[in-house]
Amino acid sequence: MLRFISHRLLQAFPVMFIIITGTFFMQRFVPGGPFTAEKAVTPEVLRNLNAYYHLDDPLWKQYRDYLWDLCPKAFHPSAFERGLDLKEAFGIDFRPSFKYPNRTVNEIIAEKLPVSLELGSYSLLIALALGLPLGVLAAIRRNTWIDYVCSAAAMTGICIPTFVLGPILVLVCAIHMGWFNASGWYGPIDRVLPCLTLGSVYAAYVARLARGGLLEVLNQDFIRTARAKGASEARVIFRHALRGGLLPVVSFLGPATAGILTGSFVIETIFQIPGLGREFVNSAFNRDYTLVLGTVILYAALIIGLNLVVDVVQVALNPKLKFE
Amino acid sequence: MPARRLLILTLSAGLALAGGCARHDGAAAAGPGGRPAQVLRFGNGSEPQDLDPQAVTGVPELNIIDSLFEGLVTGDPHDLHPVPGLAESWDISADGLVYTFHLRGGLRWSNGDPLTADDFVQSYKRILTPSLGSEYSYLLWFVAGAADYNAGRLSDFSKVGFEAVDDRTLRVSLRSPTPFLLKIIATHYSWDAVPVKVLARYGPLDHKDTGWTKPGRLVGSGPFMLKEWTPNQRITVVRNPFYWDAANVRLDAIEYYPTDNGPTEERMFRTGQLDVTSTLPLPKTDVYRRDHPGELQIEPYLGLYFYRCNVTRPPLNDKRVRRALALAIDRERLVKDVLRGDQMPAFAVSYPGDSGYTPEARLSGGVPEARRLLAEAGYPGGRGFPTIELLYNTSDNHRLIAEAIQAMWRTNLGVDIRLTNEEWKVYLDAQHTQNFQMQRAGWIADYLDPHVFLEIWETRNGNNDTLWSNPEYDRVLHLALNARSEAERYADYQRLDAILVDECPVIPIYYYTRVFAMNPRVAGWWPTLLDIHPWKYVYLR
Amino acid sequence: MNAELKPATAVEAQERGRSPWHDAWRRLRRNRLAVFGGIVVVTLLVLCVFGPIFSQSFRDQNLDLGSTPPSRAHWLGTDTLGRDLFSRILYGGRISMMVGITATLVALVIGVSYGAIAGFAGGKTDAVMMRIVDIMYALPFVIFVILLMVLFGRNIVLLFVAIGAVEWLTMARIVRGQAMSIKHMDYIEAARALGFSRRRIIFRHVIPNLMGPIIVYTTLTIPAVMLLEAFLSFLGLGVQPPMSSWGVLIKDGADNMEESWWLLVFPGTVFSLTLFSLNFLGDGLRDALDVRSSKD
Repeated sequence: MLRFISHRLLQAFPVMFIIITGTFFMQRFVPGGPFTAEKAVTPEVLRNLNAYYHLDDPLWKQYRDYLWDLCPKAFHPSAFERGLDLKEAFGIDFRPSFKYPNRTVNEIIAEKLPVSLELGSYSLLIALALGLPLGVLAAIRRNTWIDYVCSAAAMTGICIPTFVLGPILVLVCAIHMGWFNASGWYGPIDRVLPCLTLGSVYAAYVARLARGGLLEVLNQDFIRTARAKGASEARVIFRHALRGGLLPVVSFLGPATAGILTGSFVIETIFQIPGLGREFVNSAFNRDYTLVLGTVILYAALIIGLNLVVDVVQVALNPKLKFE
Repeated sequence: MPARRLLILTLSAGLALAGGCARHDGAAAAGPGGRPAQVLRFGNGSEPQDLDPQAVTGVPELNIIDSLFEGLVTGDPHDLHPVPGLAESWDISADGLVYTFHLRGGLRWSNGDPLTADDFVQSYKRILTPSLGSEYSYLLWFVAGAADYNAGRLSDFSKVGFEAVDDRTLRVSLRSPTPFLLKIIATHYSWDAVPVKVLARYGPLDHKDTGWTKPGRLVGSGPFMLKEWTPNQRITVVRNPFYWDAANVRLDAIEYYPTDNGPTEERMFRTGQLDVTSTLPLPKTDVYRRDHPGELQIEPYLGLYFYRCNVTRPPLNDKRVRRALALAIDRERLVKDVLRGDQMPAFAVSYPGDSGYTPEARLSGGVPEARRLLAEAGYPGGRGFPTIELLYNTSDNHRLIAEAIQAMWRTNLGVDIRLTNEEWKVYLDAQHTQNFQMQRAGWIADYLDPHVFLEIWETRNGNNDTLWSNPEYDRVLHLALNARSEAERYADYQRLDAILVDECPVIPIYYYTRVFAMNPRVAGWWPTLLDIHPWKYVYLR
Repeated sequence: MNAELKPATAVEAQERGRSPWHDAWRRLRRNRLAVFGGIVVVTLLVLCVFGPIFSQSFRDQNLDLGSTPPSRAHWLGTDTLGRDLFSRILYGGRISMMVGITATLVALVIGVSYGAIAGFAGGKTDAVMMRIVDIMYALPFVIFVILLMVLFGRNIVLLFVAIGAVEWLTMARIVRGQAMSIKHMDYIEAARALGFSRRRIIFRHVIPNLMGPIIVYTTLTIPAVMLLEAFLSFLGLGVQPPMSSWGVLIKDGADNMEESWWLLVFPGTVFSLTLFSLNFLGDGLRDALDVRSSKD
């Protein structure tokens, strides 16, 4: 297994490199730039701005300089005690943001990532806590009323998009009942509505995939054997069926977790949460080159890491699989 | 049976989650216990890019900067006419070229440092420094030598028309008479002084990313100072004890909330998290009008909503076609049924009543005249009229208006247009490269003077984007700048408006209003055309 | 004479047997919920394709009327510009269904083949293929779409490409995971032992046995696709006004939720009904195609 993991970590380098290069160049061919504004910028000012940000350098030179800034150049992990500053700790410099010139991308990520992580983790927990039981129940009681109820509940989560569920929850729980704030991220109570909204949608996916996966497994011979040997229903499910049945859920959760951890644009907009999800989309709309790259790199690191975890878990779940 | 148990467990977990929420006191959201007396909670639209007056361009930034900095002159809270600010008086030379400002005695920055005339000179040097790349530096180009310095053609700042005669006297020498200069200084932050000595501590003066605007570092001259800045969460400013008029400042603090989503902001207002919103979603206007009239604020706003035509692309190159399209829009219906915010239909470009100027020219004749013009141009009843494309940036409001106008043109003229929405930067790029046939646009005035709307259509103006060029128009515009009296200048402006109504390079649709919600407790707030409300007068009843 | 013929025909009938597809179809037909779902979907499809011919205009505005609740003249009410909501839902259904089905098919075909090949092949092939998937996950979607629009203009095919390009990734990962787990099953080993080509094994043995999760995820992809189309219309790709789609109608409804509930409830209900039906149909299909099903 260690060899597998180290191989995958090695593979991460070329993957990251391609992602950074691809994003860097993709951005430059899109109309509009960081300084495109409604009131036309005079040619002199534009010249000055381009000079200041080195946007008038040849593109390969800008690329090379940016890559150099990104390279880890130091090793002071103690810096993490003072905050999530990658520049101080490892010399990784994401440079200042174009849209928010007084903040560097390092700072923006350091401020917002913890918020998104919190939002994402609780939502994920809710998704699993709601979705897994629903899906498992539906599978083991297939085509009974329990199945229909659980499947219907799951489908509701998919049919009601977050931009509908969120405002409805706010209207009912915050405005009419007065239990919560309408928006904001101040205290623990503000976590409830956003996480519930985000978690419900993912719960629906988890439930449906778990049901589907479990149904596949429940028809296998080894389940029949276990039952024939007299194992109790609970033992059959939890010790035998779940391992294989959860496979599609695990495969789905890899990239889904990366998405949920980096926040959700819609949830953060509805609930005014200062997370990273909005920056993913807004930085692209603002043509904020450095922030786009910063968020993309972060997301890529998460994807790579989580897919690795998923693959390891898959092998752990299925004894027939081997690390290849 | 495990199945039933699991189901019951799941359901009870869900109920516990829902029911276990403690009853929450919405009012305490912004602070502990009961609300402190004089703290205004202001919905401020999008997150400000920065708080450096020389590095920003937007309205959310303006609202905060106005609390942190004050200019030589400020605007009167009722109608924004220039009144003494940091300068207690000023003299204007007979030829209108030299302004001498006399600063008040004992002026201090919010860190206690003395504020002198030289601070102003150094600030202007910074904003005009080419490498800073300030986007509003052009508002200082009226000063002798400023444009050259800003373009890099002049490298000795002492040749630019700013001079600190002594600690309390600032002399500004203009390139040519600028009748609205004081209005600009009164309402626009580009003429505010920044604490250059403080800036220098954090990095080179011509760098925007030194981080000097962070809480604990930012030093200003206005009624408030920066206490907290949590990005995308809240910005708090508190009383500045060193402000020269601190005794008359009524609020203790202002909390700015970045609320870039209209519906969310309105919900925050309803639960009492905000005292003032930045906007009101369209569907809510009627609801507030009917149920909460005391909370609805509709204030005229100095801005024009129009459709820009690319006059080089047929059939828009024929002014009869443009006029026909302009006349066939039922503006009253648009305002009454679609916009519902008491906006004013626009039949000319200039804003009626802007500093005492009202355009006499007017698009008149309505639909019959429109049909006649279209037939004359060769498209009777709309037959043979090529499909033109109307671009607009993604927004529900723009879409509704465009759809309504599309239907009006179809019904009234038999003309079919294609609507295309574009993402903001793509839309702007199309605008600046003139890659469009017709495009939705808005122009908000930076200062209170009819010049603002009329200077754009000059041939060389970077914001023209219609490719329309009229030598007579350019000539009269220059005449106006050199007019000897306001009456003469306004007479010139009437001629300009007449040309615009005749040729219609742009189709004016309506003049903006600002529609938003405000807690009736907010006082010391008067509607002004620029939506600027000097913070020191505002208080909560 | 007749007595001699009967046994022969009886034996023939038995030996002719029934194909597995025939079996599946029979099982599907007997699943009442799936049949119901299928009927609903087909009805909605027919309504959306042919209904607009008979209904009111979806774009005639009545500014005096504005937004009104359901009435005899307008069965489902009108929107802010006074347009009939019922016909707008029908026209919108055309777009949403077309996008939903086509884009999902694109994602399905690409994702399933890619995932099955990667999972079955394993080793270096799998590693390279999955790293490509990782890369495509990470590249910024908004910029990618805008770039597509710049390069290829703005047309409906591009919409499918853009949506398909995003949705196939998770499908591929799920299929790959499943393929890896059944790779070692006995029947696959048997097929290998019989000397079948790898392509034949993948497409005729592996994929059919993955139908379960594939169908489930497909029914989950369709709503995601429809909502993604609404997001893309935000970028300027997708339907242009006065045309609309269910996603856009729902989004508008959400903004007008409190004042004009019908603007959200009716499009939302139709949307949900379609998805519920598709899901029941999908579940029924899954059950029908499952060879190891404990039914018959």
